[in-house]
Amino acid sequence: MSTAEAATATDPNAGIIQMIGVHKWYGEFHVLRDINLSVTKGERIVLCGPSGSGKSTLIRCINRLEEHQKGQIIVDGVELTGNLKQIEAVRREVGMVFQHFNLFPHLTILENCTLAPIWVRKEPKAQAEATAMKYLERVRIPEQANKYPGQLSGGQQQRVAIARSLCMNPKVMLFDEPTSALDPEMVKEVLDVMIGLAEEGMTMLCVTHEMGFAKSVANRVLFMDRGEIVEQNEPHEFFNNPQSDRTKLFLSQILSH
Amino acid sequence: MTTSAPSPIAPDSATVSRPLVNRLGPLAWMRRNLFSTWYNALLTVLIVWVLAQAIPALFHWLISNSLLAPATSQECRLVDGACWAFIQEKYRLILFGTFPYNQQWRPLFAVVLVIAMLLASCDRRMWNRRLGVIWGVGMTMVAILMWGGVLGLDYVENSLWGGLPLTLLLAVVGLAVAFPLSILLALGRRSRLPIIKSLSVTYIELIRGVPLISLLFMASVMLPLFLPVGMNPDKLLRAQIAFIMFAAAYLAEVIRGGLQAIPRGQYEAADALGLTYWQKTVKIILPQALTIVIPPIVNTFIAFFKDTSLVMIIGIFDLMNASKAALNDAEWRGFYRESYLFIAVIYFVFCFFMSKYSQSLERDLKRGHQH
Repeated sequence: MSTAEAATATDPNAGIIQMIGVHKWYGEFHVLRDINLSVTKGERIVLCGPSGSGKSTLIRCINRLEEHQKGQIIVDGVELTGNLKQIEAVRREVGMVFQHFNLFPHLTILENCTLAPIWVRKEPKAQAEATAMKYLERVRIPEQANKYPGQLSGGQQQRVAIARSLCMNPKVMLFDEPTSALDPEMVKEVLDVMIGLAEEGMTMLCVTHEMGFAKSVANRVLFMDRGEIVEQNEPHEFFNNPQSDRTKLFLSQILSH
Repeated sequence: MTTSAPSPIAPDSATVSRPLVNRLGPLAWMRRNLFSTWYNALLTVLIVWVLAQAIPALFHWLISNSLLAPATSQECRLVDGACWAFIQEKYRLILFGTFPYNQQWRPLFAVVLVIAMLLASCDRRMWNRRLGVIWGVGMTMVAILMWGGVLGLDYVENSLWGGLPLTLLLAVVGLAVAFPLSILLALGRRSRLPIIKSLSVTYIELIRGVPLISLLFMASVMLPLFLPVGMNPDKLLRAQIAFIMFAAAYLAEVIRGGLQAIPRGQYEAADALGLTYWQKTVKIILPQALTIVIPPIVNTFIAFFKDTSLVMIIGIFDLMNASKAALNDAEWRGFYRESYLFIAVIYFVFCFFMSKYSQSLERDLKRGHQH
């Protein structure tokens, strides 16, 4: 297991996620170009950029929903390769929240939350249910536990999706445009939950267009365009003093109204 | 209604508007539903005329002119009504084939047992490990009843089996084995592993491209040619295997349709949680995919239940063939209508029940999680 040894031998202070020279192509289309990113524990990163810039692809590479073709991605000391065991090990520690929630429609809210802890973590059912109820209370919908996803509003479903991820007790949470599919009046209830998570020190990578969220919670804002990380900075500097022209253009477009 | 100012929503029963229910009188109902246009009126008159011709004639044939048991075949031939005496004379041959006459309580019990197990399986509360045990024990009892040779029961060769138990066993065993096989084939066809994928595709396409009749012929006539002399697996088993192979290929394509209907987000969410392939498949994908394809699955089940009658071409006495055998009696030759009507009713009862059950199952499974 040379890869595993190499992975565990990496510097423990190097950060919980390391992307080194990562490239990815969809056919001929170069979707990620030489991505270098190191995320330390507890860091909260917001990725923004025009659509098609590769930001979703980037975070989907971190739990290998997308495969990178060049470079190295190391998550919590485990390198992502074709090795299924290593991929599953990474996925156990990395939670993900999707734009379209992707709750399991045939299972109740509670079953959605306990499925992975029971089958992946091998937790006893009672313990998994207790944990699930704790997190459902935290996202403020414990009373919906026995309903099915189809009976909940979009905002409630997204909060369940967050709770479902938290039940696995992840070390990192990835958010892929978590509020983009929501009606405007439901965006806040989801952002509130995410802000709460950030305040508790969760390591977060969040693709979002909610610049207010970026300003108030992020340690670092990354701007991506055409598959590259064009600019990164702490939020105050990023918004008030953007360096590259592409960033300026993007910010003027999204902040102008 | 008055167009009053938009009042604040108050639970005042007097102002709550109720959905309007139009109560139609019988005349108005007829005008709306039967005579709404000139062509509907024409169709109505035509249909009433056809029914007026057919129903009395059917009634005469089925009931008023029909003859019951003490009647002989000669008496039957003199009237233009149904000869139920024929069914009364031959029903045991039709239902149980050539199973030894004084032992026919055994296939009767076997049929009752199989039907009871099928009914028990319909209850969703029974869908757990217990059901497997029930079927294991039940089918063992069915085997003992049919074959005998133990517990003081005379041994009955399966070439003597026939009629309803044979049809039921071919269908139930066939579909019970074919169904899990078809799930594996459908998953295999969507697998990323090239060998598994191409094996599944080849199997499905090969079997689907051949009529069931020719598969039965091959199983019955050609297979022995390839096997060493003396090794001759029995005819019923060969037919059953051909039937399973055929049903599995068809069901696999139905199930593949269901698998393809599952959004990619479901796979991704399951992956992101760290579920393994089999956990994802069993817990997330299959429950949803199978729910979607209940109607076409039941359609296939019904088709195969009736297709068991094709085994008669290789000389197995299923319900269909047994009814033909009943007609071979020189004394009772020619009472086709009674004979075919009798087995048609039996086939219909089973198929209609399957259809009704699938409708209720669909309703049950959809309830609660509307997409």
